[in-house]
Amino acid sequence: MKKPVSGKKSIKQIKFKKAGDMPPVAISLASMLYNKTGKWRSIRPVIDLNKCTSCMLCWKFCPDVAIKNIDGKPYIDLDYCKGCAICIEECPVKAVRVEEEKK
Amino acid sequence: MKKVITGNHTVSFGVKSARVEVIAAYPITPQTEVVEKLSEMVADGELKARFIKVESEHSAMAACIGASATGARAFTATSSQGLALMHEMLHWATGARVPVVMANINRSLGPPWNIWSEQTDSLSQRDTGWLQFYCENNQEILDTIIQAFKICEKVSLPGMVVLDAFYHSHTAEPVDIPDQKLVDRFLPPYNPEYKLDINDPHTFGGLTGPEYYYELRYKIQKAMVESVDIIKSVGKEYGNMTGRNYGLIEEYKTTGAKQLLVASGAMAETAKDAIDILRKKNKKVGLLRVRAFRPFPKEDLKKAMSKAEVVGVIDRNISLGNEGIFFQEIKSALYNEKRRPAIYGFIAGLGGRDVLEDEIVRIAEDISKRSFKKEITWVGAKI
Repeated sequence: MKKPVSGKKSIKQIKFKKAGDMPPVAISLASMLYNKTGKWRSIRPVIDLNKCTSCMLCWKFCPDVAIKNIDGKPYIDLDYCKGCAICIEECPVKAVRVEEEKK
Repeated sequence: MKKVITGNHTVSFGVKSARVEVIAAYPITPQTEVVEKLSEMVADGELKARFIKVESEHSAMAACIGASATGARAFTATSSQGLALMHEMLHWATGARVPVVMANINRSLGPPWNIWSEQTDSLSQRDTGWLQFYCENNQEILDTIIQAFKICEKVSLPGMVVLDAFYHSHTAEPVDIPDQKLVDRFLPPYNPEYKLDINDPHTFGGLTGPEYYYELRYKIQKAMVESVDIIKSVGKEYGNMTGRNYGLIEEYKTTGAKQLLVASGAMAETAKDAIDILRKKNKKVGLLRVRAFRPFPKEDLKKAMSKAEVVGVIDRNISLGNEGIFFQEIKSALYNEKRRPAIYGFIAGLGGRDVLEDEIVRIAEDISKRSFKKEITWVGAKI
């Protein structure tokens, strides 16, 4: 059986010949650290850290775990952010604004 | 240690013995006491687990799936409408190959509102890929909860331990709880090969096209087929530990029996009393109790019925528009056999109507008559 490889950088699709070669669970064989999924974003959230009160509600609500908590301040990881704007909706002090993604 | 406890609390003690790590559940009669007791155990520090309160049964199962995917041993309990609401997530648990174990307390589906025993709720989840065990008494409930974790973790499939509303859930019986050291040796901590890990993130259950989905389904079916032997070996291992052996079916006084009755759940215990009465009258009648419904014990049933002339299947459930569900499944299992017994279906006890031993005696006496030809009989119905 082909095992998922930690830290494997290639996201090339692996072909299986037989059911026995496949893992039981439908699992991505490459680490998602190298599979950037933020490409299809059409808008991006931008945090104004001067307005931010560090309540971290955006970090808690982000459905894609794309907001990082660095020393008590939120940072958006644009490699994974899909632009759903939930952080904009949840921010109680309106410190997150929306920007059009430039193509 | 022996305790006199209700079926509901038996489930809680079984879960405690299995050292479950995450419990997520939503209350519904008659299941409530199961999770009430568990939340008490967690609050008192007797059980080191996270108890997640959720807003619905759908969320309860979703939380269990997530917990199990991280490698935690997860448990929930529900009943009737609650199980029906979980339906989508039941399929998800199977596809994700997470060995979540749940207790379902058989209760009729409404309307009309009815909180009493009927198996149609769990049997409606027949095709979700969950293992299903129908228990006869409180002792078996405890034993099956502990075994279910071991069986399910070996085959990476979820499992349902099923008990009857009130006949089990609210009836106290003496239950022997095996020593924790023995259970720990029998059931080591869950440590799956694939699990969610924030330091090495992988997608689970992502988009899989027609080129592989088909094979993944095949693998689930293969695991189900393999679980037949695993249920037997785990049942035997448990028997060596406690003296109580379990298989997929139980044969009761079947030696030399020309007529067989088939029953499951609490009703099987009443049927045993009926068999005792009939045997005293020198009638050659035996009982087959179906314990595992998924995987369906085809081979065991075929073998057990190979010498029978006539079989009566008693169903506390109905597939509306067809017939009793155990009745259908047993008939289809026997179809390719060269020598088949005559087989008749009996619907009984829907909505918690008591099925008494003299009614079961009458069923056996009816099917023994050569003139009996009625394929489906509604036992004791005012029709």
